[in-house]
Amino acid sequence: MPEIVVESHPIDTVFRTERLPHIFCPGCGIGPAVHAYAQAILESGIPKERHACVSGIGCSARVPGYMDVDSYHTTHGRPIPFATAIAVVKPEMEVTVFSGDGDLFGIGGNHFIHAARRNVDINIICINNFNYGMTGGQVGPTTPLGAKASTAPYGNTEPAFNLPYLAAATGAVFVARWTALHVRQLKEAILRAMQKKGFTFIEVLAPCPVGFGSPNDLGDAIEEVWLYRERCVVDHSVYLPDLELDLRRKDKPFVMGNFVDIEKEPFDPLAMMKKKEGE
Amino acid sequence: MSPEERVLTGSHFLLGDHACAEGGLAAGCDFFAGYPITPSTEVAERLARRLPAVGSIFIQMEDELASMAALVGASLSGARAMSATSGPGFSLMMENIGMAVMMEAPCVVVNIQRGAPSTGLPTLVGQSDMMQARWGSHGDYEIAAYSPSSPQECFDHVIKAFNTADRWRIPVFVMADELIGHMSERVVIPPADQIPRVERKRPRHKPDDPDFLHCLAEDEDLVPPIVHAGEGYRANFDSLTHDEKGYPATFPEPHDRLVRRLVDKIRLHTDQIIEYEEIFMDDAELAVIAYGSTARSARRAINEARREGVRVGLLRLITVWPFPENKVKELSNQVKAFVVPELNLGQMSREVERFTSLPVIGVNHAGGVMMAPDPILDAIREVKKNA
Amino acid sequence: MRHDIRVAGFGGQGMLLAGLLIGKAAALYDGKEAVLTQSYGPEARGGASNADVIIDDDPIDYPLITNPDHFVPMFQEAYERYRPSLVKDGILLIESDLVRPFADEGPYRGIPATRIAEELGRRIVANVVMVGFFSGATGLISPQAGEQAIRNTLRPRLVDLNLKAFNAGYDYAKKQEAS
Repeated sequence: MPEIVVESHPIDTVFRTERLPHIFCPGCGIGPAVHAYAQAILESGIPKERHACVSGIGCSARVPGYMDVDSYHTTHGRPIPFATAIAVVKPEMEVTVFSGDGDLFGIGGNHFIHAARRNVDINIICINNFNYGMTGGQVGPTTPLGAKASTAPYGNTEPAFNLPYLAAATGAVFVARWTALHVRQLKEAILRAMQKKGFTFIEVLAPCPVGFGSPNDLGDAIEEVWLYRERCVVDHSVYLPDLELDLRRKDKPFVMGNFVDIEKEPFDPLAMMKKKEGE
Repeated sequence: MSPEERVLTGSHFLLGDHACAEGGLAAGCDFFAGYPITPSTEVAERLARRLPAVGSIFIQMEDELASMAALVGASLSGARAMSATSGPGFSLMMENIGMAVMMEAPCVVVNIQRGAPSTGLPTLVGQSDMMQARWGSHGDYEIAAYSPSSPQECFDHVIKAFNTADRWRIPVFVMADELIGHMSERVVIPPADQIPRVERKRPRHKPDDPDFLHCLAEDEDLVPPIVHAGEGYRANFDSLTHDEKGYPATFPEPHDRLVRRLVDKIRLHTDQIIEYEEIFMDDAELAVIAYGSTARSARRAINEARREGVRVGLLRLITVWPFPENKVKELSNQVKAFVVPELNLGQMSREVERFTSLPVIGVNHAGGVMMAPDPILDAIREVKKNA
Repeated sequence: MRHDIRVAGFGGQGMLLAGLLIGKAAALYDGKEAVLTQSYGPEARGGASNADVIIDDDPIDYPLITNPDHFVPMFQEAYERYRPSLVKDGILLIESDLVRPFADEGPYRGIPATRIAEELGRRIVANVVMVGFFSGATGLISPQAGEQAIRNTLRPRLVDLNLKAFNAGYDYAKKQEAS
C-alpha cells in the first residue's frame, strides 16, 4: 500500500501555525474547545477576515493568539467591553470572546452581566476549569464549595456561580454547556451562536489536571474525561437552577445541552435614531 | 441620518464641558464610551445628544474600567474614540490606559479635575491629578496631556489631543478642571474644513504580505503603521510584551526593545508635541509657570506685579506632558526664580525643580476653590524682595 | 471696564438662564468679553441659587466674583446672603415684591418682575423680565443683544413670550427713569 503523506489539515488555515506548539499543559481541556471553535469558523461561511477573537488574561485567554483572525489579548477581565466596542464599530464582524471562568466571572463579572443585559452581538466561549489555572490553581468564582485550591487549602468556603443560569437570567439569547469531550456538539453550539444576533454564551467544562484535578483527587485528565463520559446527561430543557456543578459529587449528573435559544433585538446604540427616522 | 451638523461653525457662549464635547465632534470623534461623573457629566450629556444625531456612537458603560477598555477596542477598529471623566473614574481607567499605551491605540480622555484624593470634592475644583496623568498606570510609558484655561481651549485642546493621539499612537489627556469645565465663555468654532486633522499612519503592505510586521516601526518617528479590525490583516494585539509581529514575547530583550521604543517615540520628538504661551517673558527676571484655571489667576497676578514694576513673566503650559524641560532649562539662564501656583500641594513644581537649580516657589492650595491672584502676587513680591 | 454682576434668587426662578442670557448677549452680540460661573456643591444647596457674570471690554483673566458691583436679587434669602458682598456704591436691582431691603439700604431700583410675568401669562418668565430690567437700568447689555440671546437660546415656541418679558422689563426701567 502506498504511503499517504498529509502535509496539512483544512483546519490549519484558521490557525497561526507558525506559533505552534501551544503553551497548554498535557491533558488540558482547552485544545479540544479551540478545535471546535476553529471548525465553527471554517463552517460558519463567514470569511476569517470578518472574525475577531478577544480575550482577557489566563490560559484560555491565550487562544486568540493562535487563531488566524483579528485577535486581541487584552487586560484581565476586560475582553467583553473591548469586544463590545469592536462589535458596535464594525457590526459586520463576528466577534467572539474566548476566555476563562476567572477572567469572565471573577474580575470581569460586572462586564458580563451588563453586556448580556444590553444584548451586545458577541459570542462568549468560556472555558470553565473551576480554578485560576495559569497562576497555579487558585480558588475562583466557579470553584465548588469545599473544593481545594492553592488559596483554599482547607476547602473553598464559598458557593460557586451556576454560569448558564446566570447568563440566561441576565439576558443571553443563546446559552449552552458542553465539555471538552463533546467536541461535535460544542462545534454545533458555537456555529449556532455565530448565526445568532445578540449575546450568546457557551460554557465549556475542561479538565485542568494540574490546577484542579490533582488537589481534588480527580485523577489525571483521562480520568476526568472518563468522568464526563460516565456522568454527563444531555437535557436541553433542564430547570436552570439545577445546573450547579460539582465534579467531586458522585450522586449528581453533569447536565449538558443548549438551554436557551431565543430571539431579541441586539444592542444598537443608534436604535432610537433609526426608529425616529422610520417614523 | 444627519439631522444635525457635526461642526457647529460660528460663535457660541459655551460651558467648558460642552466645548470639550464640541471639540470632540469637530475632531471627528465617532465613538464615546463613558460613565457619568461630576463634574464631567455635561461632556457625556452633550455627546449623548449630539453623537447619535450625526450618526456616531455614544455608549454609557457600566464603569470606567469598561469605558477605557471600549475606547481601546473602538480605536483599534478605526474609530476616533474619546471618554470624559474625573479623578475617581480616571483612577479606574489607569489599567486600560496602560493597555492603550501597550497596544498603541490612539484615544482621548478628558479629565475635568475635582478635589481629591478618593471621592474628595465632587463638585469643586482641583488640579491634583497631574502626576496621575503622567504616571498613574504601572510601568514606564509616555503620554501627552493638555491643560485648557478656557472653554475655547477646551474645544481647541480636544482637537489637538485627537491629532496628537493619532500621530503618535498614544492615549492623550485633556486635563481640564472643574472651574474651566463649569464656566461659560465665548467659543469660536471654525468652518469644518479649517479644523486641523492628522490622519493615522496606515500600512504600505497588503494583508498576507509576509514582510509586514505590524508592530515594527520602520520610520524615524518610531511609530508603526496601524491596522484596524476587519481589514484583513488578521493581526494580534497584545497587552503582554510582544515582538514586532505582535505575538507575546515575554523575555528581557524584546521587553526592553518594546518599552524603549514606546517611550522613545515620544521622548525623541517632544519638540513636535510641546506647546506653551509666553507672556511678558522677554525681559522677565522672574517666571511664573501655570496651567489650567490657575493660569488665569497667574495672568492677573503678573499684570498687577508689572504695574508695581516687577519684571515678571508667565510661562503658560498648553501641554503639561511632555513637560517643557528645555524651556525651563533655557529660562534658568534668564530668570532668578520660578513661582509655580497650582491647586495641589506641589506636583508640576517638582517637575520644574528637576530641570533647574534656581529656587522654585510653590503657591499651593489643596483645592475646592480656584486659586486667587493674591497669593500668587504675594509670592512674586516676596521673591522679588529676596532676589 | 470690568463689571461684576451677581444675579441671585430661589432655586427654580431660573437664575442660571438669566445669567446665561446676560453673558451671551454681551459676548456674542455686543462684542464684549463675558464669563458666566455658577455655584456648584454644598453652597448651591438649599434655597438660594446664583449666577455670576463678568462683562469687560478686554479679555477676562480671573473669572470669579468676590465683590459684585451689580447685584440683582430676586428673593429675600438671596438678598440677605449676598448683600454684604456688594461693593460700596454698587448697583442694586431688586424684585420689589419678593425682596424687602434692609432699613438702612441705600439707593436701589426695583421691579415687580414676577407680577409682570404673571400678567404676561407665565410667572416662569420673571427671570427674563429681570434681564430686560437689567438691560434698561444699566445699559451693560443692549436690548438688541438681549433679543438675539433670547432667540438663540430658547426653544422656538418660547421665544415670543420671552421677548415680551424682556421688553416689559426693559420698558419698565425706561419709564422709571422718565418719571
